[in-house]
Amino acid sequence: MSALALRAVTKFFFRGTPNEVRALDRVDLEVAEGDFVAVIGSNGAGKSTLIKAVAGLAVPDEGKIVFEGRDITREPVYRRAAAIGRIAQDPGESTCAILTIEENLALAEKRGRRRGLGRGVTEAGRARYRAALAPIGLGLEGRLGTRIGTLSGGQRQTLALLMATISGSRLLLLDEHLANLDPKTAEIVMALTGRLVAEQRLTTLMITHNMQDAIRWGNRLLMMHAGRIIFDAAGAAKAALTVPALVAKFHEASQGNLTEDRVLLTP
Amino acid sequence: MAQIQALALNMFEQGFLFAFLGLGVLITFRFFRFPDLTAEGSYPLGGAVVAALLVKGVDPFAATLAAMLAGSVAGVITALIHTKLRINNIIAGIIVMTALYTVNLRVMEKANTPLLDTPTVFGDVVAALNGLGLDLPDNRLTTIPIAFVMLAAASVTLVWFFRTDLGLAVRATGQNEAMILSLGVDIDKTKMVGLALSNGFIALSGALVAQNHGFADIGMGIGILVAGAAAVLIGEAIFGDRTVGWWVFAAIVGIVIYQLLVAAALRVGLSANDLKLITAVLLLSALAIPRFRVRIFR
Repeated sequence: MSALALRAVTKFFFRGTPNEVRALDRVDLEVAEGDFVAVIGSNGAGKSTLIKAVAGLAVPDEGKIVFEGRDITREPVYRRAAAIGRIAQDPGESTCAILTIEENLALAEKRGRRRGLGRGVTEAGRARYRAALAPIGLGLEGRLGTRIGTLSGGQRQTLALLMATISGSRLLLLDEHLANLDPKTAEIVMALTGRLVAEQRLTTLMITHNMQDAIRWGNRLLMMHAGRIIFDAAGAAKAALTVPALVAKFHEASQGNLTEDRVLLTP
Repeated sequence: MAQIQALALNMFEQGFLFAFLGLGVLITFRFFRFPDLTAEGSYPLGGAVVAALLVKGVDPFAATLAAMLAGSVAGVITALIHTKLRINNIIAGIIVMTALYTVNLRVMEKANTPLLDTPTVFGDVVAALNGLGLDLPDNRLTTIPIAFVMLAAASVTLVWFFRTDLGLAVRATGQNEAMILSLGVDIDKTKMVGLALSNGFIALSGALVAQNHGFADIGMGIGILVAGAAAVLIGEAIFGDRTVGWWVFAAIVGIVIYQLLVAAALRVGLSANDLKLITAVLLLSALAIPRFRVRIFR
């Protein structure tokens, strides 16, 4: 059984107006359990909308989304969030600035469970957070009481990653989670992403603008253009991909309109 | 000297009773980051409910609790209008505030209900203590410690609540809806909890003030949100932005200072008619002063 399936999913923006955009155009996709899928494509290709549709932030106009055999097309965000972790591009979106590191982690630990009047941050919880933070090597394990808003973007994305995976999510959605980070920090956060995904065998969709990352990480690669998946490589075919090959694919897809597409690609 | 003493006693008495309002406004104005105008209706609702029940001979504690619950219901209605009908939260508050004006008149059946002959929670506590062999008068010297104990209990409860799983989720809801939603929290529910708590405290304040002043009046809520916000901001200007415990403490200090400033303004010859203008100026100052980074303790 596939972990995630999209069946002819279509999503319009500004439907019925002259500015109508078909952000997703009858997208079909089957993602197997444990797949780590890198998604690339030019701006406006529909990558983000794809992830938002799975997360529940953009309800498809047509089609069906099935997660672990369950139709979640119209399920509210908070309900499906029990098993789906998502990290956005902006660190401000995935962490709560005015709460401390330990408070954010405590909130994340309760993902999908009833929140009652039990103590939010417990001593046992602190020990768990320290144990989870120590191997990352940013020294955050000693700063549990620090407000997240005072941390750097990289530290915040690191915590967002931990928050998305700390409580048994089975699907991880990464919406350009490295885009706002400097190259060195991006590398550290990417390595941590790879480690957490492997350790917890998470099914993962990762949007990236970095083709090298897309080639290097994961066992499958999707290229999107104009709301459709135009290239899908897995296993050995994926492993054999090179940056020039991907660039050629882009050219082919955009039929010479590459300048208009404003493709932001890091070779 | 006697004048200063009277001023100080007035400050603590009124300050501690109004402080419940400060706690309520803190939740919406600071934690949820929007001015909840429901307060303008839930504050007099607290007064109206307690007055109507006291006049009917209901026990003051039960009447005060009922007033608090009525305020919570008002908060829940605002939350439902905002979340289920997707109406802007400020507009939702205005709608409920407007509706409550009529509700308050219906509850009291008139615009002003005197409570001079009815028992009050303060009188009952004094009587209970005197029953234990003490000999206390029922005046502001006893009202101040009684109000203080109630306020301390409310503050401890509030701080405790905001450290629970649910409380953390409520706080995060006001700060980052996208994030808390993606952590599996039904924000419609957390908003309801926050607004119920806020307006419960605000109605409790109205109920206590009505018993202390000896009447409930349909107009007692006018400008109350601005007063509460001014107090919260005064506290914030002094103590800055720290933990929930500090926020609660700052709101209480802010209210007490606000009461002192109001009393001082009356002493220097301004009339009660000038109070709303004074309140507006106080709010403006409290908003503007921190921009100049004046922090007394920091």
